[in-house]
Amino acid sequence: MLEIRWHGRGGQGGFTAARLLGMAASLYKNYYVQAFPSFGPERRGAPVLGFTRIDDKPIHDHSKVYSCDYVVVLDESLMKVVAAWEGLKPDGVMLINSARDPASFQAAPHHRVYTVDADGIVQAVLKQPVTNTAMFGALVAVSGLVSLEAALRAVELTLPPEICEPNKQVVATTYDLLKGQAVPA
Amino acid sequence: MSSEAAPERRFISGNEAVAWGVRLCRPQVIAAYPITPQTTAVEKLAEFIEKHELECEYVNVESEHSAMAAVMGAAMLGCRTFTASSSQGLLYMCEMLHYVSGSRFPIVMMNANRTVAAPWNIYGDHRDSMAMRDAGWIQLYVENVQEALDMMIQAYKMAEHPQVQTPVMVCLDGFVLTHTYEVISIPTQQEVDGWLPPYSPSENVLDLNAPKSLCISVSPEWQTEFRFQQQEAMEAAKAIIPIVDTEFAACFGRGHGGLIEEYRCDDAEYVLVAMGSVVGTSRLVVDQLRDEGLKVGLVKVRFFRPFPKQEFAALAARVKGVGVIDREVSFGYEGALYTEVKAALVSGAGNPVTINFVAGLSGRDITKENIATMYRKVIASAGGETEPEMQFAGLRWEPW
Amino acid sequence: MSKPTTVVFHYPTDKTEMPEGPYAIAGVLVETNAGWRSVRPIIADDKCVQCDKCWLICPDGAIDRIEKSYTVDYDFCKGCGLCACECPTKAIRMIGEGEAE
Repeated sequence: MLEIRWHGRGGQGGFTAARLLGMAASLYKNYYVQAFPSFGPERRGAPVLGFTRIDDKPIHDHSKVYSCDYVVVLDESLMKVVAAWEGLKPDGVMLINSARDPASFQAAPHHRVYTVDADGIVQAVLKQPVTNTAMFGALVAVSGLVSLEAALRAVELTLPPEICEPNKQVVATTYDLLKGQAVPA
Repeated sequence: MSSEAAPERRFISGNEAVAWGVRLCRPQVIAAYPITPQTTAVEKLAEFIEKHELECEYVNVESEHSAMAAVMGAAMLGCRTFTASSSQGLLYMCEMLHYVSGSRFPIVMMNANRTVAAPWNIYGDHRDSMAMRDAGWIQLYVENVQEALDMMIQAYKMAEHPQVQTPVMVCLDGFVLTHTYEVISIPTQQEVDGWLPPYSPSENVLDLNAPKSLCISVSPEWQTEFRFQQQEAMEAAKAIIPIVDTEFAACFGRGHGGLIEEYRCDDAEYVLVAMGSVVGTSRLVVDQLRDEGLKVGLVKVRFFRPFPKQEFAALAARVKGVGVIDREVSFGYEGALYTEVKAALVSGAGNPVTINFVAGLSGRDITKENIATMYRKVIASAGGETEPEMQFAGLRWEPW
Repeated sequence: MSKPTTVVFHYPTDKTEMPEGPYAIAGVLVETNAGWRSVRPIIADDKCVQCDKCWLICPDGAIDRIEKSYTVDYDFCKGCGLCACECPTKAIRMIGEGEAE
């Protein structure tokens, strides 16, 4: 079973990203999936967590996710306020929305870190600082867990029709950017 | 998200699954007041009605008490109904819960399990529904999102059964099930229509052609007999509940069991007893400890009312130790599930040691490590070591 | 207006005769309710002008109007005296319960 933790701020769609991955995994590969949120105070900007579990057999575990294979950070400023590294397995992958080089986040030599300038991409396409679909596309590329086709279909089935196309474009853009760099687990 | 007719496999939350299950049963009146973590279930139903995908009257009310009163009024006219609540809201409708069960209306509701203030907290435990255990409702706890959907459908069948005529409360753990997305199968409308016929009420309805008084006052000389009937109906439900599940499985290809379900208990010496989502997590721990050679098993209590007394009486002779996980405490005594399990065990042969583990209060996670510790404590106790009969599963100043 | 009547209510004698819930047929009076009256009304037909006031005012519907004639149903009259009070021609007098007319 794989476990993915998504760090976002309230209103950025962090949990939607967790669901998008779940939707894609269940659609095309018949995986069993679980996705759930965890929040503190419910207000815009407060740190929120999303979780996705993916397995090829039924998922019975309803406890929280304590150790992750992937951690995705939707907002760079969270790196200073949340324990983003906590629970990431030694060979786990960290994916951060940032224009900076991965090396600037590397806390230890064995850490596998990827960065993508999601802010820049969504500002250009969506005209809003909502980075969930951008980070979803990036994770898909980095992990190879689902295909791009599944990811795009998940967006179609999850997001309201009026924002579907631009978000699919964002997914495809970050996917292409990260695809070349990816070393799937 | 497009709301086409339900396809086979769908990735939805517990609340949305409840909404789908209820929709497929074609309720005629729904009245509800929103409260986290129930809200998205009734919002989804309101959306179905707004889009004319469900022909039903949705009554907006000013409180949970009014919600239950409104659906009771509809039930008095022979309508199939639904409502839902949680925590403070469930307690607000407490008086009406008794009214409905005493009046013998087969109303079905969902309760999103959430703790009860004070201290205030929106997260899950069983304090709310446990506080209502004497309200005369059939009460069941589901383990996952599929079971949540399926049991909404089964609930109407058992509630409306002529020998039952008792309202049913389907409990889902707050957030852990209500807001968790899982991959499930949704039956088609056609399949459900074939399995669950329209509600056919008894004489216990208002009828202009045969005027009667409902929910009457009853004197001391007669009230006992009406209470006896309620008790008899609950006893009848014990046999009817597994039959409903068997019939469900025959039609839909999957069942969920009877009043309890055992996991690897055939040759188990030590078992844990639990309700709700923690059952799922516990299955993994059973497998893990079995790999270590420990003969452990798990008893999933699905129905708390009617209580599976006979099942526990029979279990007493088979095991050396029983641990019970309670997600609430009846202050001044013990966890409520523990008290009832222990009393049922005593009525059987055998004398297993018993320990009450109070865990998962107000949204605190019950980890796999916690559950493994519970098993080890039961084993230790059965082996003669001293373990407190009732223990909180780790306190901040006394962690496990 | 319908006149109150008593019916014989069949109380369940066995479990099988219990209703499926706490309901009962409506409009049932199992007893008359006049037993505690201390005065009763007597209507003088010669003074009555058929204004309907006594028939309308009776809180228990115990005055019957049959064409132009009014009669008191003493099974249900509780002796409140409203009819006598309202009668514009003083055609109704209240006499003691045990008193002869």
